[in-house]
Amino acid sequence: MDKKKNKGLKKKISVAYCTLVYLFLFLPISVIVVNSFNATTTKPYMSWKGFTLDWYVKLWDNSSLLEAFGNTMIIAGVSTLLATVIGTLGAIGMYRYRFRGRAIVDGLLYIPVVIPEIVLGISLLTIFAKADIPRGMLTLILAHVTFCIPFVIFNVRARLAGYDISIEEASMDLGANRRTTFFEVTLPVLAPGILGGALLAFTISIDDVIISYFVYGQTKTYPLKVMESVKSGVAPDVNALSTLILIGTVIFVVLTQGDLFNKKRA
Amino acid sequence: MKEESREKRIKKPSGDTLSALVMVGPVTLIMVLLVAVPLIYVAVMSFCSIDEYYNVIPRFTPENYERLLDADYLKIYARSVFIAFITTVLCILIGYPFSYVIARTASRKKKILYMLVIIPFWTNSLIRIYGWRSFLGSSGWLNSLLISLHIVSEPIELLYKNGTTILGMTYCLIPFMILPMYTAIEKLDGSLLEASSDLGAKPAATFFEVILPLTSSGIFSGSLMVFIPCLGYFFVSDILGGGNSDMIGNLIERQFQSGNNWPLGAALSIVLIVLTLVLVKLYQKLGGDMDALGV
Repeated sequence: MDKKKNKGLKKKISVAYCTLVYLFLFLPISVIVVNSFNATTTKPYMSWKGFTLDWYVKLWDNSSLLEAFGNTMIIAGVSTLLATVIGTLGAIGMYRYRFRGRAIVDGLLYIPVVIPEIVLGISLLTIFAKADIPRGMLTLILAHVTFCIPFVIFNVRARLAGYDISIEEASMDLGANRRTTFFEVTLPVLAPGILGGALLAFTISIDDVIISYFVYGQTKTYPLKVMESVKSGVAPDVNALSTLILIGTVIFVVLTQGDLFNKKRA
Repeated sequence: MKEESREKRIKKPSGDTLSALVMVGPVTLIMVLLVAVPLIYVAVMSFCSIDEYYNVIPRFTPENYERLLDADYLKIYARSVFIAFITTVLCILIGYPFSYVIARTASRKKKILYMLVIIPFWTNSLIRIYGWRSFLGSSGWLNSLLISLHIVSEPIELLYKNGTTILGMTYCLIPFMILPMYTAIEKLDGSLLEASSDLGAKPAATFFEVILPLTSSGIFSGSLMVFIPCLGYFFVSDILGGGNSDMIGNLIERQFQSGNNWPLGAALSIVLIVLTLVLVKLYQKLGGDMDALGV
């Protein structure tokens, strides 16, 4: 009896504790969401002046903000695509072939993961300056591809760990050529790892502030646009856009996750 | 079709070299040109001088490294390590019990609880840090609440302190602690805990003798993934610390932006690189798994 009571109390404590941690995690986001409905028009746009949907309308007139958001999506889309293709090929290649310098490439892959982002950012800045590559969309994409590739490779590699290479031989013995084997056998088996890596790459890319900050030139991304206005007070239309993005990502991930579960079941 | 495949098999050696090149060529090129070469260039630059227009000139000088020992800088390194350390400890203390509870809930609910940890981090980190700034600011929710409850009569200054920076860092970096700990705890075999208590171990003993040693790998890799990035998250100390809690990341940022002394910034970056290498080596030596860091 006493033990049961004890268990109930333990459960209550752990529920209360987790609720507190979730509150901590969601607190700043709720500030953003609530402030996106704030009718205030004076900087720093913090004190509550009543409910309005105005910012969701005004948002569409803020062309520089929308452009920055567009840039973020372009950069994340292109970088994810490139990093996924290059990373997947690289992971399979490094798994299959032993070549000179393989250990070096392997070691280099860990650098973007462990090194502070600021170091990667300034090193890319200096090399782009040295090579006379003007900063802008191109340098942003190059930078994002660089830090996304390792995450794709590690994800694909985790999948390759349980991969039986003899199924490729079986496929070729049955008369399929290399190309068919690659597209019909290798890729489908690795698909979950590739997809997971791509999703991670996309998430990291749209969230990146530090590395982009050093290589953007005139092409502002959405986080950089936010950074610009943080000191003077972020206008509620930025909050409105952030709220919309949050809703969008939640819907997207719920849909894709549901899809993944179904595939696993099938 | 068959003919073609036979032909390919005859040509196997050259075909192999070609496909190896296609597969590992691009990744090698990018890792060498955009990771190795830039870092080597930063190392070289840290020994360069600047002219009166702040251009980097290839004249050797140890001056940048001498300046690293500046008393103000030493204070900032100490503060950086202090903030990163406290942040790491807080992430462990807050994150461990939390990860433990969600990793050991029934499987359907677990998925939702896990997703609820990740969802906040889909909102841009800058925006979330700004959310904290709004919350803690003099006209923010917290001060309004305190005033309306008559706990304080005037708004109190909660921003621009080391503590504010630590709060922001903990907030930004805690998922990097929770996720590896969650993975480690999830792998824990429940029957071991039963065995331990059946054999008469008190809950505390079970925790310290069984649970903690078996899940320490998660704490270990999480700590590395919190401590190191914390040193470089300059925007957190900038927005929440407002110049009062500058860290080494802020020093580097300034040299490459307003300060415009790239060689000095490069030398400061070398400090971070060396520190990272030392910590990673230590991590490996103590049996840490490098692959636990990537995913």
